[in-house]
Amino acid sequence: MKPEEIIDPANRVYARPRLLTEVNTHYCPGCSHGVVHRIIAELLDEMGLEDRAVGVAPVGCAVFAYNYIDVDWVEAAHGRAPAVATALSRLSPENLVFTYQGDGDLAAIGTAETIHAANRGENIAIIFINNAIYGMTGGQMAPTTLIGQRTATTPYGRRVDLNGHPLNITNLLAQLPGTCYVTRQSVHTAPAVRKAKNAIKKAFENAMAKKGTSVVEIVSTCNSGWKMTPAQANEWMATHMTEHYPLGDLKNE
Amino acid sequence: MEEVRLMKGNEAIAHAAIRYGCDGYFGYPITPQSEVLETLEALMPWETTGMTVLQAESEVAAINMVYGGAATGKAVMTSSSSPGVSLKQEGISYIAASSLPALILNVMRGGPGLGTIQPSQADYFQAVKGGGHGDYHMIVLAPSTVQEMADFVGLGFDLAFKYRNPVLILADGIVGQMMEKVVLPPARPRRTQQQIEEQCPWAATGRHGRAHRNVVTSLELDPAKMELNNERFQRTYAAIEASEVRFAEHYTEDAEYLIVAFGSVARICLKAIEEARGQGVKVGLLRPITLWPFPKAEIDRLSKQVKGILTVELNAGQMIEDVRLASQCRVPVAHFGRMGGIVPNPGEVLTALFNHFPEAKQ
Amino acid sequence: MKEEIIIAGFGGQGVLSMGKILAYAGLMNDLEVTWMPSYGPEQRGGTANVTVILSDTPISSPVLDTYDTAVILNQQSLDKFESKVKPGGTLLYDPSGIHHKPTRTDIHVVEVPAMDAMLEMNNSKTYNMILLGALLAKRSVVPLEAVLRGLKKTLPERHHHLLPLNEQALRKGMSLV
Repeated sequence: MKPEEIIDPANRVYARPRLLTEVNTHYCPGCSHGVVHRIIAELLDEMGLEDRAVGVAPVGCAVFAYNYIDVDWVEAAHGRAPAVATALSRLSPENLVFTYQGDGDLAAIGTAETIHAANRGENIAIIFINNAIYGMTGGQMAPTTLIGQRTATTPYGRRVDLNGHPLNITNLLAQLPGTCYVTRQSVHTAPAVRKAKNAIKKAFENAMAKKGTSVVEIVSTCNSGWKMTPAQANEWMATHMTEHYPLGDLKNE
Repeated sequence: MEEVRLMKGNEAIAHAAIRYGCDGYFGYPITPQSEVLETLEALMPWETTGMTVLQAESEVAAINMVYGGAATGKAVMTSSSSPGVSLKQEGISYIAASSLPALILNVMRGGPGLGTIQPSQADYFQAVKGGGHGDYHMIVLAPSTVQEMADFVGLGFDLAFKYRNPVLILADGIVGQMMEKVVLPPARPRRTQQQIEEQCPWAATGRHGRAHRNVVTSLELDPAKMELNNERFQRTYAAIEASEVRFAEHYTEDAEYLIVAFGSVARICLKAIEEARGQGVKVGLLRPITLWPFPKAEIDRLSKQVKGILTVELNAGQMIEDVRLASQCRVPVAHFGRMGGIVPNPGEVLTALFNHFPEAKQ
Repeated sequence: MKEEIIIAGFGGQGVLSMGKILAYAGLMNDLEVTWMPSYGPEQRGGTANVTVILSDTPISSPVLDTYDTAVILNQQSLDKFESKVKPGGTLLYDPSGIHHKPTRTDIHVVEVPAMDAMLEMNNSKTYNMILLGALLAKRSVVPLEAVLRGLKKTLPERHHHLLPLNEQALRKGMSLV
């Protein structure tokens, strides 16, 4: 197929989702955020939730999520998204309230808010992007950084004696009676994207059905922070990240 | 219907919140204000007005719940005491920077650090000069009676929504813990979702057919735009300073000396002044009700009339800086204060007045 | 009319609730009232005191230098507050907790053997009501009937069966002085 044929609108099978705004994202080429944003925008449209969705944006690379997905948003202070979402959900129970958080936001500075919102079983969906690094501030260690992984603050690799262990917070959240659905997904292949979309859909459905807290961890890549090409990053993620963060459902009630 | 009751200041806050149509309260226990949350949990307003009440996992979570609730255009509040209010400062800065209406209560206790649980006014600087980061102001109301504790809940919400700005009720352990007669206001219903969307077209309520999305944020990476935001905040503060200064005066018409004090301390001073008047000493009292905006013009005016000013505070001398600025150092301004949770009695105030201004006795 | 009262003793002796009932009685009698407790850990076993002000005009300071009336239940409180009773004022004290009796002669000192009376009534819950009865007999700041109405208001419904016992204790206290 020649390029002219490919860009012919008649042959186009893939378009920008209606709820993804006409703005170029600030994400690096190859970043997982763009894919997850797209999934959320598609789902909000397909599920007819455009008028009832309120997202809570984190501090981290996804801080500008509100510029890209065309629903109401509240930008939370670093780590506080689950607390903000708690109030949004309790005061407007008819809405779909979801947080979109990275590993530093959810599992370091915001651990208390994350665990307690989940333990209360707030009727929210938590989308957790775990790329094992602080992308926005320039590639420092995250709570989920793997042992031996090099970052700006672990230049010789993460060491247990110096930096402690990678925090597997999703396993922790699965223990809490307030969570109804806890799953770990990825978006590094087309089949993985389809599964991740189904997972987020289920999380949104649970929130609307008031079943409690759903947590969808997306084991992600940060090729810039990892100092790799997007393809290398996908490969490294698939071999190393999933070893410590195995994909699949941890809880589905 | 109005109702006359005998209750603690902290209890009055809880009753008033329900009656003023508050949509949500989020708090964490800390002495001497835990009765606010306890009373709300006992009254179960979710069964009557539909008000949400939640004990948060921390003061940090509580203020961020307030941020989230306020972002939906609802009337929401939190309460705490000094160490807990320190924890809330980040959230307060975000609320101010996102132009959100919210009500915060600080029942001050002795500090710094964990300090004591006894009454204090040592969070004056924190309340009126920032606390959190950035150029922002809260409207700060200082109640001196249990009645004002109740009344300022309504006033606080009204001002918060009028200016889309957080309001702080800066109380102390005395007003929080003492019981007095209080006339509870007639109940006003919570606003309907339609009323909220009309009053707060900026709120993140879900789009509900709105042509554009609403985003509540304080982030603006372009400094030129962030400066414009700051200029907008400053215009709001100027409007507040122009219209919302509140104070009370006693015996100032012929006063030769002036005491400036706020909150419960102003009442201690009033008794001292009545004693002084009995001795023929012409002392008056100015009680700032709004600590920000501060009654600068009135202090300026009175400083042209009196021979000396004494500020009395439960701290090492904080409001005195604003009194000196407002009076432009026209007359001597002295400070008397007790710290760490100690409350002076009227006799000590009178002694301090005569120590600083011995000529007043003649 | 204005009465400035301090009630002081050990935590657990019913000091705060006695003050509360007095304040309620004032409210029932259309007076301005202020009830200012010492609060905090000292409530649990240490000394506790409460300032109650009843007045037919607005009340300024809830914190006072001197008092019209003091009700004193232990030695520490006597040491602290005897000097703070206004000349001509009244000091009621229970001798059961006192080693050194009050010495002032410019005030009315009234001994109230409330502990003995309580033992006689065989009910520890009546202690503070006996004292309140004695206070009412000496300083008729509010009528007994207002106190009874105040009691009814402060006691939860499930404790209303205790109202007759409390009235008995109040009358007992009145008869002691």
